Amino acid sequence: MDLSKLTIADARDALRAGDYTATELTQAYVDAVEGSDALNAYSTKTPEKALEMAAAADKRLAAGDAPDMCGIPLGIKDLFCTEGVQTQAASHILDGFKPQYESTVTTNLWNAGAVMLGKLNMDEFAMGSSNETSYYGPAISPWRRGNDDTALTPGGSSGGSAAAVSADLCLAATGTDTGGSIRQPAAFTGIVGVKPTYGRVSRWGIVAFASSLDQAGPMTKTVRDSAIMLKTMCSHDPKDSTSADIPVPDFEAALTGDIRGKKIGIPKEYRMDGMPAEIEALWHEGAEKLKAAGAEIVDISLPHTKYALPAYYVIAPAEASSNLSRYDGVKYGHRAKLKPGEGITEMYERTRAEGFGPEVQRRVMIGAYVLSAGFYDAYYLRAQKVRTLIRQDFEKVFADGIDQILTPATPSAAFGIGEMADADPIKMYLNDVFTVTVNLAGLPGVSVPAGVDHQGLPLGLQLIGQPWGEADMLNTAYALEQASSFTAKPVKWW
Amino acid sequence: MTELAYTEPKPKVIAGAKRDWELVIGMEVHAQIASNSKLFSGASTHFGAEPNSNVSLVDAAMPGMLPVVNEFCVEQAVRTGLGLKAQINLMSRFDRKNYFYPDLPQGYQISQLYHPIVGEGEILVDMEPGIARKVRVERIHIEQDAGKSVHDMDPEMSFVDLNRTGIALMEIVSRPDIRGPEEAAEYVRKLRQILRYLGTCDGNMQEGSLRADVNVSVCEPGAYERFRETGDFSHLGTRCEIKNMNSMRFIQQAIDYEARRQIAIIEDGSTVDQETRLYDPNKGETRSMRSKEEAHDYRYFPCPDLLPLTIEQAWVDEIKAGLPELPDEKKARFVTSYGMTEYDAGVLTAEVASANYFEQVAKGRDGKVAANWVINELFGRLNKEGVSVKDSPISADQLGGIIDLIAKGDISGKIAKDLFEIVWTEGGDPAEIVDARGMKQVTDMGAIEAAVDAVIAANPDKVAAVQEKPSMAGWFVGQVMKETGGKANPKAVNEMIQKKLGIV
Repeated sequence: MDLSKLTIADARDALRAGDYTATELTQAYVDAVEGSDALNAYSTKTPEKALEMAAAADKRLAAGDAPDMCGIPLGIKDLFCTEGVQTQAASHILDGFKPQYESTVTTNLWNAGAVMLGKLNMDEFAMGSSNETSYYGPAISPWRRGNDDTALTPGGSSGGSAAAVSADLCLAATGTDTGGSIRQPAAFTGIVGVKPTYGRVSRWGIVAFASSLDQAGPMTKTVRDSAIMLKTMCSHDPKDSTSADIPVPDFEAALTGDIRGKKIGIPKEYRMDGMPAEIEALWHEGAEKLKAAGAEIVDISLPHTKYALPAYYVIAPAEASSNLSRYDGVKYGHRAKLKPGEGITEMYERTRAEGFGPEVQRRVMIGAYVLSAGFYDAYYLRAQKVRTLIRQDFEKVFADGIDQILTPATPSAAFGIGEMADADPIKMYLNDVFTVTVNLAGLPGVSVPAGVDHQGLPLGLQLIGQPWGEADMLNTAYALEQASSFTAKPVKWW
Repeated sequence: MTELAYTEPKPKVIAGAKRDWELVIGMEVHAQIASNSKLFSGASTHFGAEPNSNVSLVDAAMPGMLPVVNEFCVEQAVRTGLGLKAQINLMSRFDRKNYFYPDLPQGYQISQLYHPIVGEGEILVDMEPGIARKVRVERIHIEQDAGKSVHDMDPEMSFVDLNRTGIALMEIVSRPDIRGPEEAAEYVRKLRQILRYLGTCDGNMQEGSLRADVNVSVCEPGAYERFRETGDFSHLGTRCEIKNMNSMRFIQQAIDYEARRQIAIIEDGSTVDQETRLYDPNKGETRSMRSKEEAHDYRYFPCPDLLPLTIEQAWVDEIKAGLPELPDEKKARFVTSYGMTEYDAGVLTAEVASANYFEQVAKGRDGKVAANWVINELFGRLNKEGVSVKDSPISADQLGGIIDLIAKGDISGKIAKDLFEIVWTEGGDPAEIVDARGMKQVTDMGAIEAAVDAVIAANPDKVAAVQEKPSMAGWFVGQVMKETGGKANPKAVNEMIQKKLGIV
């Protein structure tokens, strides 16, 4: 089997047809993972567990009881708690943490017979856009700029997931998206990444970054694979109060490719100063392709867009500063060694100073600041008001009949590891400029590979859907994927 | 509902070295909601379990764990609000109160700062019959309890017990309407009584189910009235909060000490610092826990893991329809329907169980007689033995049987007390005991007459004396009762003696 061309849909059909077994498929991926250390995509490998799960999947396949994801080898972002398997959110502070429980999303996947190859590298606590904040060191993109062997970022925070999928180190991966952490790395690595409507996927058992923004989603090679995997990930979960009790549609069945009469909005506020011409052109061509497929292209306005990034960088750190309070050295994970006479305050201070990396510390401090007495109204409350306005912007255009909104996924192609090291942190935050609005408004979004830049690096376009409109959004994404016929793959160097 | 008329008690006045001072007190009572499971997890709330045995993944704040609100606890808070005649907010919200402490695993307490579930209500604080104060309740919100840190088990380490972590509390916040230490204790007593009537909190102060933070300030006479007129807190003195009181007695002592401490500071020409203090019952004094400057910045914000809590008016109405008769109503009804004193009604309605016991006894009987027997004989004996009315060895029907025997004239009051003793220790049907043991009172006039005659004949000197002093007739009654082993009907004896001795 040629892993570089394999999709979930193909593997599903081949496994059911008995062309190969889940064990054979899994072994092929285990071998690929084994030789991939240069990419640093996996933080924990679980080959034995994978083969056990594959054997169980083979039994189900033999019994004719094989759901779509049965026998599909997956990589799992280190943010998902996996029972008995190291889960650290790529942070030193969770050193050696092995949960006694399994997240709802991964439980759904395992119940469907999927196979876990291991845990995937990421930015620490999902805070970052380049995977460089990981305690494990950055995951490296399999992509390179032509013949230049500069190590590139796979994006972040789901950088390990993006690197693993694009380098064929798994058939698909889970990601999480708080401000673009699925869509940006998907765009950087030429894969598909879906951030579902807030409440579509349970957050139970996923290490929290910013609770009102976090959603898990699939990162796959094709839109069809995302549709298949997303359906398995979704469920109403009584253990997550923000999980929606609404039916999960058959997303794959919705992929007709027929988008005739659909209204696709092009928001003028996403045309930013200094945006590379290549991105501008990609966006324009994307719109033209959808138009050619029968959609109507409509210029729209989302007037509060420019306030989204600042609002996001108030709200997300505020929630994070509180969510990360539980990492205090008392119960699990890293605890600083104390000197004689030192007490609980020193334990907190040193544990957290040693356990959290600089970016996490920065955001915890920003978050504590914007929530503190005297600043709450000016920052947090105002940001919440902006969030409402941004949601209303979207509600208005959807009420006007817009089905999906097309935007670039990122303001640039992947950059080199370390290239942003000396830059103002704000520059890194700008990576999220096209994606954060979707999280603030709780909408579904998908990043679809749509072309390559002059150096051969992938570029993605983003489609934003209506609330709970994943099926329709994925169908438009499917049409875009068909029209773009993106086939580029990184040349194996690792 | 009938309301008993009352007048307001006078505020407590403390004479300082220079002038008189009045007290202004507000209370924040933390009442543990009577629920088998915690506010946001399924873990048990059973008291006295092995340390860290009632702890779920959520309580221990494991990564990725999420709170899910326990609807039963919400219902209890609504019930409590309705019991305090308070406004129920159909939309409320949970907020996070952030601070670090080892017994707070999440690093925040989930509480309700901005939008509590219950708004303005009131509690009638009874001081003595006819004297009471209506204390306004500002709000009730639901929140999680913290765990317990244990510092005295090891010289090097502290231990943490998370059994209490996440247990549901109601914080019931009063307005600063309480005007003295006794009123403060009575406020807690009354609140506890209402909670126990409602069944929303067991009120067990030893186990920490009910704890109070007390805000105390002092002001010059007249200042409080100006505050009430204007709502302007600047008319009041600077307050100090005394934390975590779990005894009515200590509450009174602490307030008294704290007020005097503040008065001394002010009269010294200095100012009271707003701060949090702790009461040390051994020393009988309060000491500073942390000043305003050291106060935590709790960085409250809406808990993003929980949706706003919305409830339906119909549900509230349903809960309201299921409310029991509450202490004030019950007391008023006892006074009006049984003709008893407010004091007696207060005693009988202190607990639902005693009120129910009384009503069972009073059913079809004279209410005053029943009240008398329940309060004096039964409660007197229960208190002496330290037995609760629930575990009373004499049932309401048995006590009713004793009263019936008196009413029928079968036994005298004195024999009834003996009978009470027999039923208390041995049990049994009172009427059967009276029959079996020949305790029935002698109503045979012939036998009484013979006994009277015998006493008169044996005591000629007393017969002469009683002519001078008719009140001595009682002595003859006593002698006859003794002769008849107490079984003669005293009323009949008395009449017979008066007739025989010619006293009118």
